[in-house]
Amino acid sequence: MGLSRNLAPALSAFLALLASSHPALSASPPEVASCLACHGAQGEGMAAAGYPRLAGLSAEYITGQLNAYIDGRRVNAVMRPMAMPLTATQIQGIATFFSSLPAPAQPSTPLTDATQNALGQQLAEHGDWNAGIPACFNCHAPGGVGLPPAFPPIVGQPATYSESQIQAWKNGTRQGAPQNLANALMHSVALRMNDTQTKAVSAWLAAQPTSAPQTSPTAAAKTKP
Amino acid sequence: MSIILRAASSLILALFIALASLISITSTLAADKSSALNAAAHTGATFQPPSEADIPPGPFGETIRMGRDIMLDTPKHAARFVGNNLSCANCHLDAGRMAGSAPLWAAYVNFPAYRAKNGKINTYQERLQGCFRFSMNGSAPPLGDPVLVALEAYSFWLATGLPVNKEVAGRGYPKLEKPAQAPDFVRGQVVYAAHCALCHGANGAGQRTTGRVVFPPLWGDDSYNWGAGMGSINNAANFIHANMPYGMSYSLTPQEAWDVAYFMNAHERPQDPRWLGSVETTRAKFHDSAMSLYGQTINGKVLGNTGAPKRTQPKDQAHIAP
Ligand code: HEC
Ligand code: HEC
Ligand code: HEC
Ligand code: HEC
Repeated sequence: MGLSRNLAPALSAFLALLASSHPALSASPPEVASCLACHGAQGEGMAAAGYPRLAGLSAEYITGQLNAYIDGRRVNAVMRPMAMPLTATQIQGIATFFSSLPAPAQPSTPLTDATQNALGQQLAEHGDWNAGIPACFNCHAPGGVGLPPAFPPIVGQPATYSESQIQAWKNGTRQGAPQNLANALMHSVALRMNDTQTKAVSAWLAAQPTSAPQTSPTAAAKTKP
Repeated sequence: MSIILRAASSLILALFIALASLISITSTLAADKSSALNAAAHTGATFQPPSEADIPPGPFGETIRMGRDIMLDTPKHAARFVGNNLSCANCHLDAGRMAGSAPLWAAYVNFPAYRAKNGKINTYQERLQGCFRFSMNGSAPPLGDPVLVALEAYSFWLATGLPVNKEVAGRGYPKLEKPAQAPDFVRGQVVYAAHCALCHGANGAGQRTTGRVVFPPLWGDDSYNWGAGMGSINNAANFIHANMPYGMSYSLTPQEAWDVAYFMNAHERPQDPRWLGSVETTRAKFHDSAMSLYGQTINGKVLGNTGAPKRTQPKDQAHIAP
């Protein structure tokens, strides 16, 4: 009994890989069903409501965040009751499942506001070092696709969600355990961002494709006449 | 000035927290406020290089841009002369603009200059040759090569408005005071695990994704070689204290910076290209200093005892290789 429970997460991840057409429906641990209403049938999130995607986030990261909701280090009235009843084993199963889902395919949709577009791109690719903000892509990987396990993707997330997270770090409703370097790193960056920057970069990131970039920003600059 | 800013922002923060008192928060934000904005913070630097938007049009502007691109992605834009996975900007942050991170503008106005490393007056291009040979574990571009010309043009432009031949605040890496205790491998290892491994990896090899370097390697075959400036414990401690962990400048204690610099430089890396046939003779001629662990025995192994330098492979494909 105990053994089969331990095997369940690995097994469900394996099945999820096999069932490529409807992975969420065919091979998910039972607890996952209650998550899909908000996080999407394929874990792709729900941009209109500002619900984040879980598909393609690392299992370690998802586990850490669910525990943060439970501990109260991450304060959110919607997610706390969702996370509270979960056992450690269930969390592990859920995390493994969502991490095995592919990132939702999202094409690039340029922002209409040119000023916001330029500021967002500047922050993502070069940062604002006078304000102590390194380029987002220097930690979240080129294109913002993330670097598992510690650096989550920041593309393919709703603009309102990314914005709310940076604000949460600033107002203390998203915190890490005292020795958690990952959280301290992002917390430091967030504290240095003003509202205009936060809005612009969140909007710009939400408009980017979710796949890794084919050419680097420097390569693009080089091809200019 | 920055103190006032920081005081103001902590006030705003306090206000926020007060407002958010409905949801009571018990723990503190301490870890995150103990770092400075950037490496420039404690250097007294006042010079601001021109903004990239002001790069002049025409062929000169193109050359400046090429210099910036080489800084940011050296294996791609100077492939022929690079033998590892580093880029200049990994050690000269913000594409060589950042005070306290050996900015190019502060270097440029102080050349030509005498260098003990080769015992002669060096032009700026000669200084740059050394970067390729040691930091990039590659080969020196010939004087006048477009790569050196572009880097020189970029540095010249960054230094717009600076007087020549004057020491300028923000040059180099801010010198750390001597540590209270001699730098130590085991203490450094603890610092490394807590503050560095998340990004640079437990094995120091850095991290890449889709073939691109995200976090550069600190030791091993793809990092700087034994002849590089970063291989000196003092240079490394100075760099690390002001620039690392990334985005959390000056958050380590000086002792922690010394310890982790020692730990980092107590690992194997590519041979010193000035190799004289044995570790002992090479150490005697080029590393006769307490700041170099080359030729020293660490954990039962003599560092640098790896034979003649391997012929460096140009990294033409480095940016797309898996
Ligand atoms: C009623 C809608 C709703 C349901 C149901 C729901 N969530 Fe969420 N979830 C949210 C919202 C809203 C957020 C963003 C909360 C915040 O700002 O911290 C979120 C955030 C998360 C995050 C953090 C994502 C990140 O990128 O950091 C995880 C992990 C998560 N949910 C997992 C789950 C799991 C597992 C379930 C099912 C057990 C679930 N959620 C059910 C609405 C929901
Ligand atoms: C120094 C490295 C670093 C830099 C630079 C950085 N981040 Fe982060 N970021 C992180 C880490 C690590 C996390 C995960 C934090 C955690 O585990 O609690 C994170 C998390 C986030 C999240 C939450 C993701 C989620 O799913 O909930 C957002 C949004 C974010 N970063 C946006 C940005 C933006 C925008 C920038 C640039 C302005 C940026 N980051 C720059 C390290 C960094
Ligand atoms: C592994 C880290 C590293 C890399 C990579 C690196 N450098 Fe350096 N660089 C250093 C160190 C260390 C010094 C010595 C600083 C000092 O003496 O204060 C230095 C010094 C310099 C100086 C002289 C600074 C001064 O003020 O005199 C210049 C110019 C320079 N580097 C340019 C470059 C260029 C161009 C590249 C890429 C081709 C490069 N560096 C790559 C670490 C590095
Ligand atoms: C958030 C991730 C992160 C952490 C944590 C971090 N670094 Fe770095 N480190 C970087 C990045 C990114 C660069 C390259 C900077 C750039 O290109 O802008 C870098 C560059 C370096 C370099 C120069 C390049 C090289 O590869 O030799 C050294 C040395 C270094 N880091 C040492 C450390 C040490 C020691 C620690 C721990 C005290 C540390 N770093 C913590 C991300 C990190």
